[in-house]
Amino acid sequence: MRFPDSYFEVGSSFLEFVRHAAPETLTAALDGRAVDVAAAPTGTTVVALTYGGGLVVAGDRRATVGTQIASREIEKVYPADSHSAIGVAGTAGLAIELVRLFQLELEHYEKIEGNALSLNGKANRLATLVRGSLGLAMRGLAAVPVFGGWDAAAAAPRIFSYDVTGGRYEEREYYAIGSGAVFARGSLKKLWHPGQDASTAVTTAIAALIDASDDDAATAGPDVGRAIWPVVARVDAAGYQRIADSALGQVVADLFAQRRNEVTR
Amino acid sequence: MTIPFYVSPEQLTKDRSDFARAGVARGKAVVAAVVAEGILLVTQNASQSLHKIAEIYDRIAFAGVGKYNEFEALRRAGVRYADLRGYSYDRVDVDARGLAGAYAETLGEVFTAQPKPFEVEIALAEVGAKPQADRIFRIGFDGSVWEADAFLVIGGHADELAAALRPALAGDGGVPSLADALRVSATSLLRRPADGEHDPSAVDGLEAALLDRQAPRRAFRRLAPAEIAKLTVP
Repeated sequence: MRFPDSYFEVGSSFLEFVRHAAPETLTAALDGRAVDVAAAPTGTTVVALTYGGGLVVAGDRRATVGTQIASREIEKVYPADSHSAIGVAGTAGLAIELVRLFQLELEHYEKIEGNALSLNGKANRLATLVRGSLGLAMRGLAAVPVFGGWDAAAAAPRIFSYDVTGGRYEEREYYAIGSGAVFARGSLKKLWHPGQDASTAVTTAIAALIDASDDDAATAGPDVGRAIWPVVARVDAAGYQRIADSALGQVVADLFAQRRNEVTR
Repeated sequence: MTIPFYVSPEQLTKDRSDFARAGVARGKAVVAAVVAEGILLVTQNASQSLHKIAEIYDRIAFAGVGKYNEFEALRRAGVRYADLRGYSYDRVDVDARGLAGAYAETLGEVFTAQPKPFEVEIALAEVGAKPQADRIFRIGFDGSVWEADAFLVIGGHADELAAALRPALAGDGGVPSLADALRVSATSLLRRPADGEHDPSAVDGLEAALLDRQAPRRAFRRLAPAEIAKLTVP
């Protein structure tokens, strides 16, 4: 096969290229047909918080269909590129596709242009991708991300939140998305403090997810029986790094031991 | 009304080949060599931003010589081919052989059907888990494809450079180290045209990249000038 003409056009966006060259590979439009929204698995709570030299993004592992658990091991936190992370909540299929497209969009730009986008540029690009699924969102199939990364120009971590219409908002300190977000944010409000170090930030993130799982049935706490821990990632000047399960097991054990001491019965 | 002259296919092909070959010969050579650490790509390039060597995909790199706008367009097409293929199937389903085929078809068609052939030559490298699994392809301006074992040279004076580099890069000593391969390549690439002597001050004009065998995913890494200078010190 020779390269089709569209491969030689000017542009650095993968999404725009695919819309032109192979539209059938993208998420299908729904042609106005009704969708059984309740049948699609939903992923829920992701928290993001900054600390002195970076940020932590953490997500629980549950996906639900109605009142049933669809997955105990779904992952909602991913590297967007070498120095940024994305967490997603909402309709799982769309959310994971959003992550894939965003990762590819950043890598494609970097390869075509020879240098990476600025952090603001990445955040704006994600807003465009979210807005692209507005039609689906209006039918009840929505996926909303939280994005954070190390801003090399400002030498600081930054967090961005989004709404289904593609609205992009910069957050200070911490943020949470998904059905357990209200409880997680309440927890973070009390536990987050400026100047905490990376390991305290990891503990704070897991504590917030445990608090969310306490009050929200669609959010899972750490699964001690199966040793399934939340996905926790750290981004600092050195880049994205997923925290190993072995380290998380200890954090979870310490948190549960501490909370057991606070039980009065 | 003018009647077009008859030109035999042999003559037409020869004229086009001579034209494209002259364009390619004006370009500074690129060396691609299998080394212990991965695959080294190195060339002489005065510009720090107009690259001749670039990343295509996780384990695949591209090098072009000849007309910049032409091999740059081919490079972008290769990135799009690889990204779309990896998106439609899986990242492991993107390989240099398929890409070399697409380049060959494209260049072959341009050579026969367009008013002017591309004045370019392309090298594609794919790093494997072991040196035996490495693949290096050279695609000519007319769409012809060669696969090299240990190393290849494209661009100006390619044959002379290849002859000079063969003992070090494909000799009996086994797979060379990155530092050794970079040093001998730099010595050959940076020879002063006047007297054939090595010009150590020109080391800043080297562009080099490594496809890192040990990298977990994206293996392509540019070597910074400081790193090149350090590696090329004997």
